[in-house]
Amino acid sequence: MSSKAMQQGIGLRILSNGFLAFWCLLAAFPILWITVMSFKAPRDAFAPSAWDVITGPDTRAAGNGLSVLDIIIGVTVLFFAIRWAFRLLPRLVRQMTPPALIVLGWVVGALVYAIGFIIVFFGILPPVLGVMNGLLGPLGEPIIGMTTVHYYSVWVENEFFRNFLNSLLVTAGVVTVSLTVGTLAGYGLARSGSNLAFWLLIVALIFRALPHSVLVAGYLPWFINSAEILRPIFGEISPTLYGQPWAIIAVLVAINQPFTIWMLRSFFQNIPSELDEAARVDGCSHLQAFRRVIMPVMWPGVITTGLFSFLLGYNDFLVTSLLLDAQNQTMVPAIAGYFNRETTTTDQVEAVAAAVSIIAPLFLLVMVFQRQIVSGLTAGAVKG
Amino acid sequence: MKFKTFFWFVAPSVFMMLLFIAAPLVSVLIQSFQVTQPVMQQIEVETCTPGFLTQTCTTELKTVPTIDEETGKTITTTAWVGVQSYANVLQMDKVWEAVGSGNFGDILQIDFWKALRFTLMFTLLTLPLVIGVGLGIALAVNNAVQSIRGPVIFISLLPFIITPVIGALAIYWLFVGDGILTAVLENILNRDIAMFAQAWTVELLMYVFRVWNNAPFAFVIFYAGLQTVNMDTLESAIIDGASRLERLRYVIIPHLMPLIIFIAIIHLMDVYRTFEEIVGFRSQAHVISLQWLTYDFLVPDDAGNRAISRASASAMLTMIGIVILLILPLRRTWRDHKGSAH
Repeated sequence: MSSKAMQQGIGLRILSNGFLAFWCLLAAFPILWITVMSFKAPRDAFAPSAWDVITGPDTRAAGNGLSVLDIIIGVTVLFFAIRWAFRLLPRLVRQMTPPALIVLGWVVGALVYAIGFIIVFFGILPPVLGVMNGLLGPLGEPIIGMTTVHYYSVWVENEFFRNFLNSLLVTAGVVTVSLTVGTLAGYGLARSGSNLAFWLLIVALIFRALPHSVLVAGYLPWFINSAEILRPIFGEISPTLYGQPWAIIAVLVAINQPFTIWMLRSFFQNIPSELDEAARVDGCSHLQAFRRVIMPVMWPGVITTGLFSFLLGYNDFLVTSLLLDAQNQTMVPAIAGYFNRETTTTDQVEAVAAAVSIIAPLFLLVMVFQRQIVSGLTAGAVKG
Repeated sequence: MKFKTFFWFVAPSVFMMLLFIAAPLVSVLIQSFQVTQPVMQQIEVETCTPGFLTQTCTTELKTVPTIDEETGKTITTTAWVGVQSYANVLQMDKVWEAVGSGNFGDILQIDFWKALRFTLMFTLLTLPLVIGVGLGIALAVNNAVQSIRGPVIFISLLPFIITPVIGALAIYWLFVGDGILTAVLENILNRDIAMFAQAWTVELLMYVFRVWNNAPFAFVIFYAGLQTVNMDTLESAIIDGASRLERLRYVIIPHLMPLIIFIAIIHLMDVYRTFEEIVGFRSQAHVISLQWLTYDFLVPDDAGNRAISRASASAMLTMIGIVILLILPLRRTWRDHKGSAH
């Protein structure tokens, strides 16, 4: 703003920035704090003094801690890991993969990078630093208590990785199916000016308002007895839908459809319809125009909508906890298992570690896709 | 686009919505008038306990579920019971009793009314809070220097994006027992505090959680809206001598009005189905919501039975509630939509 009248007084600036700083603290504090807690021995994690929680005297006394050297080297490695993830990795992915397979290239690249990071950070670094700390003497003494024992017991002893794999299966299914079904419908709705399309969108909006428990009350009796109900049609192979991950995928896709088609429709409307008219003149059918001409320019919208589908599938508690049995449980409802036996403080800290494990991927997601998330949120609103 | 092409494009999506949203709704409606119970039969059971000289034997009649010889499952019957399930959920007799005796507080002892009171109050009270806080953050970010906006948006998105149950748990862990923030409060107020021991403190934390969780959404939308404020109008307002507050009130807020309505509608939909904070805070003893009530009926009890018909009745009542809540804002948008079309 150039106008002098727009300039703000110093008092207002301080007020505005102070409010912003306060909000940022408020937004990040609970998440940061439980992350810190998850690395401490139970007594430190729930200590009433903030200083004790951060430094963890109890954890340190048990011989688990970080020395000055650990912190310096750890932070350096982290810094370079993040820097390379944003600079080196994109360049490598672009060089190594043909343009047609760029999505696959990203998935493989990110996976290889993540595995490499885990090997270096958790596999190679600790033993090397252990030797170096021994050599350094007083400088190698731990100053901050820190232990990964809770993560170990959650992921390895309590087999949380099974829940992780289930979550992976469910979310991958939800994202793929709802995007496939949703893009078709979104395109149809954006290009059809008919009354039917309008009413379909209104009905979808009403469906979006339904609390999920209403729908689950409708599914449960059918899902539990589905083997008997379907027997006349499918014979002996008829499945019991209750507890099946693919049944959950179908349910979550359907629950998510109203939102998906609204969002994709608004993205498709941004693409000028002259584009598909030109393709039609050149002899494409509607489906060909959709696949060859529209989809290639639609990727940003598809990625954004995919992110929100991912969040729905990943964050869901109600549907998965009621329709999946214990073996096929995803991560979020599985954490409820910790409340029931949360009797000792060790159990509590393990629950904290499980919670942090669940939100860590989301943290990365916001970091990488911040722009898409913001554009997705505003897509529906600003254009009405 | 021809109708036939349109039909094939939307068919898969419509099919899924019909099968998994519309059909369950019909099913819930029917279930709410039915009760499915195991067929009980009375059998004579002789139990003998060893005694001196002779055994002591007693015969008694026991009621047990009948079991199908072939499949080994209990046989069930389904009967139409009319509005019986609704009566069980609403417990009108107790309500009238409370009204008759003048103890209106007793109504809130009944699960459904307790849940309704909380859900409605929670939905309506968090609405202005979320809009206010969201607008405040948007204005503050808009005032801030360019370089810090990115990181601030990143941090602001975190509460919105993380799993709601985990978000509620994170706040729960800060306050539970002598958690870090309870300890701070105890230091300031110099008294012993247990945040999860009485209803009103639990409820207060739920408001805090909801605003924390939903304000980022309002913020992002308001922030995008602020970028499109007409600079000319703003400058002419300055020339006319409008103060900062007047500019906010007469230029910026009217410009954001459609967005405020949009956020209000989404907020009503999302907060009406509040559920995660009940799970995260483990507050079912003090505070429950409508969606939690249905969930609780659906969870198998100790004997492994699910109260499907009562769940269906409470689900239908929940649905009626959201329809009533949304009629007003939707009618307004509808009128605006028609008005703008002409």
